[in-house]
Amino acid sequence: MIPRASSPRRAAGRYRVAIIGGGPSGFYAAEALLRSEQAVDVDMFERLPVPYGLVRFGVAPDHPKLKQVTRVFDRIAEMPGFRFFGGVDIGKAVSISALRSCYHALVLATGAPVSRLMDVPGERLPGSYQAGDFVAWYNGHPDFQHLQFDFGAEQAVIIGHGNVALDVARILAKTPDELRHTDIAAHALDALADSRVRDIYLAGRRGPDQTRFAAKELQEFAELADCDPVVEPDDFPQLSSNPPDTEPAAALAMLREFSMRPTAKRRRCVFLFGLTPIGIEGDGRVQRMLFNQRQEQAPAIAQGHVALDCGLVFSSIGRRAAPISGIPYDEPGGVHPNIGGRLAAGGCALRGLYVCGWGKRGPQGTIGTNRACSVETVANVLADLPQLDEPLRHPDSLFAGMSIRRYVDYRSWGRIDAEEIARGGAKGKPREKFITVDEMFAAAGGGVAC
Amino acid sequence: MPYVVTDLCTGCRYTECVSVCPVECFHIDDAMTYIDPQNCIDCGGCVPVCPVGAIKAAHKLPPDKMEWIEINRRRAAETPLVTGKLAPLPGADERKAMILR
Repeated sequence: MIPRASSPRRAAGRYRVAIIGGGPSGFYAAEALLRSEQAVDVDMFERLPVPYGLVRFGVAPDHPKLKQVTRVFDRIAEMPGFRFFGGVDIGKAVSISALRSCYHALVLATGAPVSRLMDVPGERLPGSYQAGDFVAWYNGHPDFQHLQFDFGAEQAVIIGHGNVALDVARILAKTPDELRHTDIAAHALDALADSRVRDIYLAGRRGPDQTRFAAKELQEFAELADCDPVVEPDDFPQLSSNPPDTEPAAALAMLREFSMRPTAKRRRCVFLFGLTPIGIEGDGRVQRMLFNQRQEQAPAIAQGHVALDCGLVFSSIGRRAAPISGIPYDEPGGVHPNIGGRLAAGGCALRGLYVCGWGKRGPQGTIGTNRACSVETVANVLADLPQLDEPLRHPDSLFAGMSIRRYVDYRSWGRIDAEEIARGGAKGKPREKFITVDEMFAAAGGGVAC
Repeated sequence: MPYVVTDLCTGCRYTECVSVCPVECFHIDDAMTYIDPQNCIDCGGCVPVCPVGAIKAAHKLPPDKMEWIEINRRRAAETPLVTGKLAPLPGADERKAMILR
C-alpha cells in the first residue's frame, strides 16, 4: 500500500508536485517547494532504488568530504510532505502522462546522462571508452557494472580538460592503497589493482589558460603516492604577469608549477594542450590516438599531426540530457529548452512542466550550483500553481493497473544505507555499495509493495 | 581545509555565496558573511561566484589574513544562518567597481 499523501483534511487545498530524479537538483527543488508559504506536497521519483544521483554515482570515491552533502538531502527527505519512490522508472514503468494526471506540476531533475561523442573514426574500437561510463562503473552504478575495462596497456589517453577528466586520471594514477579505504566499488578496486598503466595523457583542444580544471582538483596531482604531474614548460605562452583572480588563472598557476617540478615516481600524468582529436587507430583494438595540433602551441613541429601510442582512450568532452518522449529537447544544446525552468516549446512556456539541474542548464557548476538553479525553477512553479489545473486523479492511484509491483521509500533506503555501511566497515571502507537493483531491493527488505 | 570569508566581504552583501552553498553553512551579521567550518564540505563553489573575491581556501590565505580562519569559526557560532540570497547593500556596486579596478 502506498502511504496516503496526506490526511484528507490536510490534503484539502494542497498542491501536489512530482519531481523526477533523486539527485542534487531534485532534492534542492523539493526543499524549495516544501519551505514555501504555499501548501505543497512533493513526491520524488528515482529510477534506481537509491537516492543522491551523481553524488553517489559521479563524485569520485576519494572525495568523501563532498559526499557529506547527503546529510542535507536526508534532512530534506524528513520534511513533512516529502515522499520518495525509488526504483520507479518514469517513462517506462509509469508514463509521463499518467504522472501528470496525478499532480499539479511535474519537475524534471533528470540530469545529463548521455556522454557526448568525439565523432572520430575508431571511436568504437575496443579500448575506447566514455569517461562517464568508467566513472559510473567504478562508482558501482547498476547499469554499468557489467562493463569490462582492460588496464593491460601502459599508456592511457583522456580527452578533455574538465574535472571529470581529472577524476578519471586520478583514479588511474592512484595506487590500490590510496583507493582501498574509499567507497570505490570492489570490482573496480580489483581491476585497477592489476593495472599496468604508467603514462596517463590528458589532452585538451585549448591552451593551459583555457582549461575547465578546478585548481583545487589539480592540486591533488601534486600529492599522489606514485604519480607525478608533468607539463612541458614550452606549453606556456607569454601571459600577463598579473592574471586576474579567476578559476582558469588559478588552474594556470597550478599547471605552471607542475611544469617546474622534478619527476621521480612510477606513473606520470602528462597534461597536453592544443590537441584536437581526429581519430583512433588500431588493429582490432586501440593502439594510437591521432590529433591535429594547434600551431601556436607547437612552434617546434612543422606538421600539424600528432600520434600518441596508447591502449586506452577515455573521452570526457561533455554530457547532455537524454531525450524524453513528450518533453521538448534541444538537440545541439543537449538540454530541455526552458524559460527560467519552465519547459518551453517554440519559445512558449508549457503549463505545469518544469526542469532544474543539468537538464535545464547543461553539465556545469558545483553541487551547490544546483541549489540556486532549483530555487529559480521552483519560484516559477510556485507562481504558477494557483493557475494550474486540478489533477484528475489522486497520486495514491498512480500505480493502479501498472506493471510496477514495489518501490523503495526513504525508510527502506535507510536499510540499504545501513547494510552498505556495515559491509564497508568490515573492509575499512566507508561503505561497500550494492551494485545491482536486485541486491538493493533485497537489502531494503523487498521494498514497499505497490 | 574549509573555506574562509575575509574582510573584503564587508559592505556589499551580494550573498551569491549563500545561493550556491550546497550545505547552508553561511552565517551573517550586519557586516558580512561567515562560513561555519564544521559544516563546510570544501566544495569551493562559493569562491568563483563572490563578486569581490572575498572567499579563500584556508590554506591559501596570506599571512595577514590568517586571523579570519578563527573569526569565521567564532562568528559562525554567534550569528544566524542565512539560507537565501539577500538584496545587496547600497553602494555595493560602486564598492565592487573600486575593488576590481
